[in-house]
Amino acid sequence: MSAISEVVQRARAAFNSGRTRPLQFRVQQLEGLRRLIREREKDLVGALAADLHKNEWTAYYEEIVYVLEEIDYMIRKLPEWAADEPVEKTPHTQQDEAYIHSEPLGVVLIIGTWNYPFNLTIQPMVGAIAAGNAVVLKPSELSENTASLLAAILPQYLDQDLYPVINGGVAETTEVLKERFDHILYTGSTGVGRVVMMAAAKHLTPVTLELGGKNPCYVDKDCDLDIACRRIAWGKFMNSGQTCVAPDYILCDPSIQSQIVEKLKKSLKEFYGEDAKKSRDYGRIINSQHFQRVMGLLEGQKVAYGGTGDAATRYIAPTILTDVDPQSPVMQEEVFGPVLPIVCVRSLEEAIQLITQREKPLALYVFSPNDKVIKKMIAETSSGGVTANDVVVHITVHSLPYGGVGDSGMGSYHGRKSFETFSHRRSCLVRPLLNEETLRARYPPSPAKMPRH
Amino acid sequence: MEREVQRVRAAFGSGRSRPLTFRRRQLEALRAMVQEREKDILAAIGADLSKSEFNAYSQEVISVLGEIDLVLEKLPEWAAAKPAQRNLLTMLDEAYIQPEPLGVVLIIGAWNYPFVLTIQPLIGAIAAGNAVIIKPSEVSENTAKLLAKLLPQYLDQDLYAVVNGGVEETTELLKQRFDHILYTGNTTVGKIVMQAAAKHLTPVTLELGGKSPCFVDRDCDLDVACRRIAWGKFMNCGQTCIAPDYVLCEPSLQDQIVQKVQEAVKEFYGENVKESPDYERIVNLRHFKRIQSLLEGQKIAFGGEMDEATRYIAPTVLTDVDPDTKVMQEEIFGPILPIVPVKNADEAIQFINEREKPLAFYVFSHNSKLIKRMIDGTSSGGVTGNDVIMHFMLSSLPFGGVGSSGMGAYHGKHSFDTFSHQRPCLLKTLKREGANQLRYPPNSQSKVNWAKFFLLKRFNKGKLGLLLLTLLGILAAVLIKVGPQWLPGEALSWERLRSY
Repeated sequence: MSAISEVVQRARAAFNSGRTRPLQFRVQQLEGLRRLIREREKDLVGALAADLHKNEWTAYYEEIVYVLEEIDYMIRKLPEWAADEPVEKTPHTQQDEAYIHSEPLGVVLIIGTWNYPFNLTIQPMVGAIAAGNAVVLKPSELSENTASLLAAILPQYLDQDLYPVINGGVAETTEVLKERFDHILYTGSTGVGRVVMMAAAKHLTPVTLELGGKNPCYVDKDCDLDIACRRIAWGKFMNSGQTCVAPDYILCDPSIQSQIVEKLKKSLKEFYGEDAKKSRDYGRIINSQHFQRVMGLLEGQKVAYGGTGDAATRYIAPTILTDVDPQSPVMQEEVFGPVLPIVCVRSLEEAIQLITQREKPLALYVFSPNDKVIKKMIAETSSGGVTANDVVVHITVHSLPYGGVGDSGMGSYHGRKSFETFSHRRSCLVRPLLNEETLRARYPPSPAKMPRH
Repeated sequence: MEREVQRVRAAFGSGRSRPLTFRRRQLEALRAMVQEREKDILAAIGADLSKSEFNAYSQEVISVLGEIDLVLEKLPEWAAAKPAQRNLLTMLDEAYIQPEPLGVVLIIGAWNYPFVLTIQPLIGAIAAGNAVIIKPSEVSENTAKLLAKLLPQYLDQDLYAVVNGGVEETTELLKQRFDHILYTGNTTVGKIVMQAAAKHLTPVTLELGGKSPCFVDRDCDLDVACRRIAWGKFMNCGQTCIAPDYVLCEPSLQDQIVQKVQEAVKEFYGENVKESPDYERIVNLRHFKRIQSLLEGQKIAFGGEMDEATRYIAPTVLTDVDPDTKVMQEEIFGPILPIVPVKNADEAIQFINEREKPLAFYVFSHNSKLIKRMIDGTSSGGVTGNDVIMHFMLSSLPFGGVGSSGMGAYHGKHSFDTFSHQRPCLLKTLKREGANQLRYPPNSQSKVNWAKFFLLKRFNKGKLGLLLLTLLGILAAVLIKVGPQWLPGEALSWERLRSY
């Protein structure tokens, strides 16, 4: 048996021992995770800085704080969520107990990604632990410092058999995917999402796929452009554009394009200074391959701001493109970088049409003071989620499940949805052995004639 | 095939399935179809499974009518946006989850309950606003042909299409792109469906099968238990995905169980079961031969008679069954009831857990603690305690499998949810930008300290408390802007903030 097989078998045996069933155990593990974050924050920040040029504030604000929130929330709510949920009964079942019983699935695989390498691996894990599963983690090898750190410190705070970390590249991931799991949560690209689902199909493993797409951002003529552009700039350029829910491109009327460019520039200077390269808060591209990819998207484009890059440090300046042709390469793939194309449309209808001709994105953004515009945009498009008059923040609300639709993914998690995703909700109907008379009607022999009804 | 799917997709794209009134009309038309063409429907089911009109009505048609009525009543409630609980930072915003149609749904039906297992999912898919392609099972060919004839007479012809055919046609169909696929059938084909779906990243609901165990405790009313078990086992000649597949019990109960099941069979089907209009037949020769082979080498307590010409297999009970024999290796899906003796409930739990998770689990006992213990100690799609089948009938309970018995669930509201995208929406205003100041670069220790304060401190959800905090937020933002001498970085130490 390979080393990877052994690790997975050990996790399964640990699950079968039953020790994850009591809520107390799960809470203890979650508290261990919380302690890990508090005690090793410096190490986490160090790893994130090495991987993505994050600092102690961006690391905290963009990744760590949400995991802490999720842990607190999960611990508080676990007794309520894990309890049997009574359901509505019919006249025929009044004497019965009818409820949904939540139980662990077994061994869950979480495949992390590299852009928020801590959050996107650990936040799902919180839900999987709370639901009583064993969890195998496969962090992304691209964010290698974080991957190594997780492998080193998780065993120091959590049950070593139940929650192993498996590191490695494509070869190891392929091997892990041959094993049988009871649920797989994958965060990453659409292409690999298909591969994961194919592998899962061989074992009939349900999957949650958090993928991506081009998140459109429609800016209405009538809105406060100062505020709109500041919010858009914040969400677009955080982590140097490498955010699955970043506004990918802007749709607006040509008459406001230059204003938008000016106000975006103003915000960028406020955030990162005249030269973003010197700002501690501005991220770097994860590797050379992505650096080349993003720089390549600039070819033939009208650069209104930025457009420069430094391959040695994998720095790409905050860049704005104007009058972008919807057929050009920058509009054919998820940008996932600090390049913001502006595509001109003459009306809300044209914007809606452009959006619906494309794959369903993970997020959709619309800026307008007019509620009718917002509601129409929502009603006539589809996307994983929506924020109006801001970007990104719908994913920070616990009660709003986080996930995609169509090519941007399937399933969702965060808060209670995490608990449900990683549980089997088992329908239970418990009847008394009495009342046999009332059931006589269902037994053969059937009446001689069909009764009138 | 591609053209057919394109046509349906274009119909969805027209937007006409969005308004609730349209969906209601379609469901009402479906109800009219079931009521007006009842005789044809019962006849088709009867021809496919040798089923009496009464059984076809009570096993299939009644559930469909009940589901339509429920959906018509509840649709406005289910389709409405659901407000979501907000947090401190979004207290003044609109947050809700909006259900929306997925697009084009594919429903692949099964042959054992060919009407309800195709139409009940259809009801949910229509209610959720989708276009639907229905692929009935070719094995139940009379029902398949009838559906192809009737549905276009009552429903929108472009939005809801029936595609018939065998393995070849189904394979072609599965190459197309759908927005959800619901498949009812066996585990092997379930894998094929999921693999095909993976190419298009199509989510799936797979209603598969397994060996549903039935534990009979010594502390129980055996008369009642055996009658209920016999009813669920032998209906549709055992061809029910949630039939009790086999019985587990202590050796001392075995003979009594055999006797009482035999009595129940006589009550139901008379002395000569073959002549009972209520006893069905095996659907085809292939399955007949398959089930026949399961009897090899087994101790037949009663039953065992077969007639290939009519595909009749008598209600049969086997005793002292060896867990390693063929009859215990695959889902029986026939009127054979093996009894496997086990020492006690713990051994039963172990036995069940060594096998794939089944679609249903049954336990008969007066002891409710025992029932709970067995539920806690095992896993399965669903459970009925002290009866069989019935958890399927309560539509507030999601119906589906787990592990090899399937993924996803439907029935009632769960159908609606399965065939919808539940889209989270957060609507903010362009005002109150002050509250956002904390998040913008350039970052500083004080900003992060304030962030920790707001994000991690737990508050009572008292409105006054929240108002106070919003004001504090704005104050913090102002202070940060004003100057370093007001920064709380010094006043609130890192350690103290961590303790929140």
